[in-house]
Amino acid sequence: MTAAWINLGYLGSSALFVMGLKGLAHPATAARGNVLAAVGMCCAVVLTLLDRQVFGYQMIAVALLIGSGIGAALALTIQMTAMPQMVALLNGLGGGASVLVAGAGLLEIRDVAVPAMSHFTVAAIATGIIGSVTFWGSLVAFAKLQALITDNAVRFPGQHIVNAGLATCAAGLGLWLLLSPGPHDAYWLIVAVSAVLGVLLVLPVGGADMPVVIALLNSCSGLAAAATGFVLTNNILIIAGSLVGASGFILTRIMCEAMNRSLIDVMVGGTPVTKEPRVADLYQGRVKAGSPEEVALLLDAARRVVIVPGFGMAVSQAQHTVAHLSELLQSRGVEVEFAVHPVAGRMPGHMNVLLAEANVPYELLKDLDESNAAFEQTDVVLVIGANDVVNPIARTDPASPIAGMPILDVDKAKTVVVIKRSLSHGFAGIPNPLFVADNAIMLFGDGRQMVQAVTRALKEEGRSS
Amino acid sequence: MDVAVIGLTVFVLALFAGFEIISKVPPTLHTPLMSGANAISGVTIVGALLAAGSEQDPLLAGLGFAAVVFATINVVGGFLVTHRMLAMFRPRRKNRR
Repeated sequence: MTAAWINLGYLGSSALFVMGLKGLAHPATAARGNVLAAVGMCCAVVLTLLDRQVFGYQMIAVALLIGSGIGAALALTIQMTAMPQMVALLNGLGGGASVLVAGAGLLEIRDVAVPAMSHFTVAAIATGIIGSVTFWGSLVAFAKLQALITDNAVRFPGQHIVNAGLATCAAGLGLWLLLSPGPHDAYWLIVAVSAVLGVLLVLPVGGADMPVVIALLNSCSGLAAAATGFVLTNNILIIAGSLVGASGFILTRIMCEAMNRSLIDVMVGGTPVTKEPRVADLYQGRVKAGSPEEVALLLDAARRVVIVPGFGMAVSQAQHTVAHLSELLQSRGVEVEFAVHPVAGRMPGHMNVLLAEANVPYELLKDLDESNAAFEQTDVVLVIGANDVVNPIARTDPASPIAGMPILDVDKAKTVVVIKRSLSHGFAGIPNPLFVADNAIMLFGDGRQMVQAVTRALKEEGRSS
Repeated sequence: MDVAVIGLTVFVLALFAGFEIISKVPPTLHTPLMSGANAISGVTIVGALLAAGSEQDPLLAGLGFAAVVFATINVVGGFLVTHRMLAMFRPRRKNRR
């Protein structure tokens, strides 16, 4: 096949990618969209194999088999609660592949006289830096999410200076490669320096900031693919890469806005550290601890109940129990909704996937604005394993680290039930006045066990009355 | 330089298209969006195949081989896991079966 026909086929694949992403605009068309994109990818692979540049098929077949086997095994066995790790890992592999391909691209043109300041070299340097940061950063994110290393922010003095030094070093090596296109080993030096940079950039990011980092790495994996497209002069890589780059960027922005923090603040400033640990004073003697039976009574009398899930629900694997409780309430004529904060969990949309897994219909999942409009008409709000995203201090105290962060205004409901293990801080490290509000009841314990206890009490309630 | 300008044109226009399309994705689907978009970014597999298939240099072929494995995990894993997730998103009525 001639190059023109192959490029025409790539155009078709690109169109399928765009249509596929368009399908994701609604849950009803999303599955079809994903299939369209997959078909586009299949076409691109087949077309590439028909390319005249491809001679040896044996190695390719082996590599495709190994990759498909590992990919399918991962995708089919992974738990829904482990989805953030999975996405982090896939982001990293995409970035890693781009680094290798650009490296191979440079090798291929090593005998050809490449002029200094060539755009091939610029693109290869960009791929090396972005791809390597993505690969190693994603591995660190994976290790954090999988609890292989600490979830907390890891800091050391002079961190920013070291990072700035590494970035300068990578840029300097890039300049050297650009001006004297002979030494292609410089490319691998750039990759190595960027690897260290990737590790150091993600290490200081703590658990609750993970949604931002995962979205950002997602964007980078796309940009690395686009940069590779410039190295190989291949439009499908440029198009698909920039689509993904845009997607990740939008998600990053949404996550940052949902925390009222800038991207720089998340990546460089790190987590705000509180200076006044006078939590005991605030909570002293003012916390109302309830029992599952009391909560069941409240729910029994309620007309409208809103459930607010947080990372704690994922940790205690409570999604099925929660869904069961919501079905029970609905069968008794109670209106039930779920209020999902954009940064609840460890990646964008984390809670939605868990609740979908537990068969909660997607119409019941409301976003921040929809939820906030209806809390005043709500009888009972059930907060399960969420803390900072329902902290009213964000509205009231301009000096607070989370000041101005859009929160779910659960305190405006008639009663708020907070299911939590203890009075410990959320990720922002600040006390939550919601826990001592007049209309709040604390239910101390494991998320799943407590929801089970409430459900049981509610069923008995129904029998005795 | 011409090639670079054409590439840049494609890049910028695709970025704009991406912004327009992705802005319409509802928050509920943000996780499948990430995994699905991620699978699409595995399109590097095209470059990886070209490198792995050019049998002129063992080093080149080795790089290509590793790149094909990485990109294939990315593509196959990404699309499959997205499919698994999207199959779980059900509307209210079909739910009670």
